[in-house]
Amino acid sequence: MNIIPEITRESITQIINDGERVDGRTFDQYRGIQIETDIISKAEGSARAKIGYTQVIAGVKVSIGEPFPDTPNLGVLITNTEVLPIADPSFEPGPPNEDSVELARVVDRAIRESGMIDLEKLCIEEGRKVWMLFVDLHIIDYDGNLFDTATLAAVSALLNTKLPKTTLDDGEVIINDEIKEELVLNNKVTMSTFVKIGDKMVLDPSLEEETILDGRLSVGVTESGKICAMQKGGDKSLLKEDIFEAVNMAISKSKELIKEIDS
Amino acid sequence: MVFIIINGEGSRGDGRSFNELRSLKIESGVLKRADGSAYLEMGGNKILAAVYGPRESFIKRLLKPNTGVIRCKYNMAPFSVDDRKRPGPDRRSIEISKITAEALRPSLLLENFPHSMIDVSIEIIEAEGGTRCAGITAAAVALADAGIPMKDIVVGCAAGKVNDEIVLDLSEKEDKEGQSDVPIAIMPRTNEITLLQTDGILTEDELKLAIDLAIDGCHEISKIQKDALKKRYLSNF
Amino acid sequence: MIHVEDKGLVVPGEILAEEGYYSGRGTFKDGESIFSSLTGLVSLKNKKISVIPLKSKYLPKRGDVVIGKITDIRFSIWEVDLNSPYSGILPASEVFGRAKKDLSRVFGLGDVLFLRIVDVDEVNKVRLGLKGRGMGKFREGILTNITPTKVPRLIGKKGSMINMIKESTNCKIVVGQNGLVWIKGDKKMELITKKIIKMVDDESHTSGLTDRIKRRLYLITHGEELPEEDFNEDCTTDESDLDDTSDVSDEEYFESPKIENFKENLNGEDLSEDSSLSNEEKK
Repeated sequence: MNIIPEITRESITQIINDGERVDGRTFDQYRGIQIETDIISKAEGSARAKIGYTQVIAGVKVSIGEPFPDTPNLGVLITNTEVLPIADPSFEPGPPNEDSVELARVVDRAIRESGMIDLEKLCIEEGRKVWMLFVDLHIIDYDGNLFDTATLAAVSALLNTKLPKTTLDDGEVIINDEIKEELVLNNKVTMSTFVKIGDKMVLDPSLEEETILDGRLSVGVTESGKICAMQKGGDKSLLKEDIFEAVNMAISKSKELIKEIDS
Repeated sequence: MVFIIINGEGSRGDGRSFNELRSLKIESGVLKRADGSAYLEMGGNKILAAVYGPRESFIKRLLKPNTGVIRCKYNMAPFSVDDRKRPGPDRRSIEISKITAEALRPSLLLENFPHSMIDVSIEIIEAEGGTRCAGITAAAVALADAGIPMKDIVVGCAAGKVNDEIVLDLSEKEDKEGQSDVPIAIMPRTNEITLLQTDGILTEDELKLAIDLAIDGCHEISKIQKDALKKRYLSNF
Repeated sequence: MIHVEDKGLVVPGEILAEEGYYSGRGTFKDGESIFSSLTGLVSLKNKKISVIPLKSKYLPKRGDVVIGKITDIRFSIWEVDLNSPYSGILPASEVFGRAKKDLSRVFGLGDVLFLRIVDVDEVNKVRLGLKGRGMGKFREGILTNITPTKVPRLIGKKGSMINMIKESTNCKIVVGQNGLVWIKGDKKMELITKKIIKMVDDESHTSGLTDRIKRRLYLITHGEELPEEDFNEDCTTDESDLDDTSDVSDEEYFESPKIENFKENLNGEDLSEDSSLSNEEKK
């Protein structure tokens, strides 16, 4: 059903080959970014991120649970996305599809592997009680580039997450809801997604660009400029040069994005 | 004869009088992709509604040869409540989805859209009591924003019995601790009722009082719905 | 008794008039009173009240010229998306007559066509045809869209708006009554034209639109503001452009730019001489 008119594909590709983009941006330019934090009082942490019209709400909920047997001294991080029918005419209600699972896993990897969250600090009693962090990503409006928007929302929500103070008393966990402590974070992570159209790599694809992409590459970068997660998507191949062009650009864009997160 | 004692101001936890709504804000046309949309805040509720359609549907068995059909999906964000809600539909949200579609349907004039489907999504971003009524209120604005022909803009509001008193627009706390809850939706021009549920013990007199109070509440909300639809265009005039 | 003004903004359920008025499109009657069924602008003509929606879906109407996209190819029909709740079918016979041919050789998936609605039956099944000036497949150019009820505004009185845009941008523009618009010209101008059309869409309910579009076009094409003396005072007369689509059956403005005909396309595909189409042409 979602068939792209051939002339749309041709014209977007031609404009990009001529060094421009349909919406007037340069190849390495994000659309307008907006981040709002602490928007849901019932969540322990929350944020709304917008890139252009694409909009993702992230909420962090916490609960106390058992650690995984193989990591008895680590807290648990669970990232989940709901690609809602509210966001796009083609999204259907139902269990998460491949795209939404991929999105959740890529965002999860970027956060986890960046070492942003010190999972050891989320351990209350080794082997028995740890904090479980649920990062739920709610896709509200889909106008291209969910990866970067969702990462911005998740990181911003984690940054304002507060946990109730816990103490151990004779093997009993006592939760003091009166005292909230900020979640300790070591790092920040950003993601930059590129699509290959024609023979160019283009940052922050719009919906139109995303529907005609040849290949896609998302690069997660830590605050210190190291790569922590990558994901290639799309039906066509990328060249090594494309990948390093994207990596370089992602590292320099990361500073821009961190500024947006911090402001 | 039942005597309803009105304690006057301050009888409710949040200081509202018995016939007072929580603070309410509605905006229309908030989403880029949807054909129509609305955002609503009422007390601590934050709700988004979107409409897609009328459009073709591949679920042929739902379509009708003489009119368009409406399908609703009410969904709560996992972070919208105190204890994280497991994502996906549960029995409660399936029921609310059904009665929401039925609450909105009587207002819609869909005979020019046979064999087509209107999809309404209601997302509860944060819940603080009365989300089904607020969801219907938001969805009706989204439908009007989408240009769907209708006789009236449906509006929802609840009344209930708390501390032996009939009060308007129950907060989450009142809903949990109260004796009875009466959510309704109406077409405000004619006061026809399109949704009615009750949950908890009420006498006949109390029910009448609750419905009348909720209808008054609906009329107040209705004004704000209409302002929301006009506001986005008037700023351009 | 009338409750609203011409071009007033109304919402569904709002009372428009009591007694002595006729109920037009976008309204309904309850007793002697007339109410709006849409979010839109009042159009008051003599004693007839209508409401023109600010947003709406296109409903196919017999005789309309539309732009559609091929979404499926079957044994003897193309299925065409019309930016509407209803898709259309283009029978192979419209192109080949009675001859049996491979459909995908002429129009493929994703091709965009300029078509005429031949028939709409009672359950809104839409049959399309290609008979008429300029009908066929678009090559190159870009597609954009406008709210279907605002198509008359984009055309303007006797084509005043669309001709002004064409002249300033030097683009070919084809407007389908279903709200899809095809633009072809210089690549930069195509994008500018798309922006101008978006402006018409967003501001169609405001007054003095033609004037603002004129100034914007001048600024873009000349790089400076339109001199005051060049400003034509009659621009205010465009107010009544926003009106029933039924009033703009002025086909000239829908069809005027000659685009590549599907028949040329057929020739390019080297179809055999004795196809029934050629027979038709010989007649």
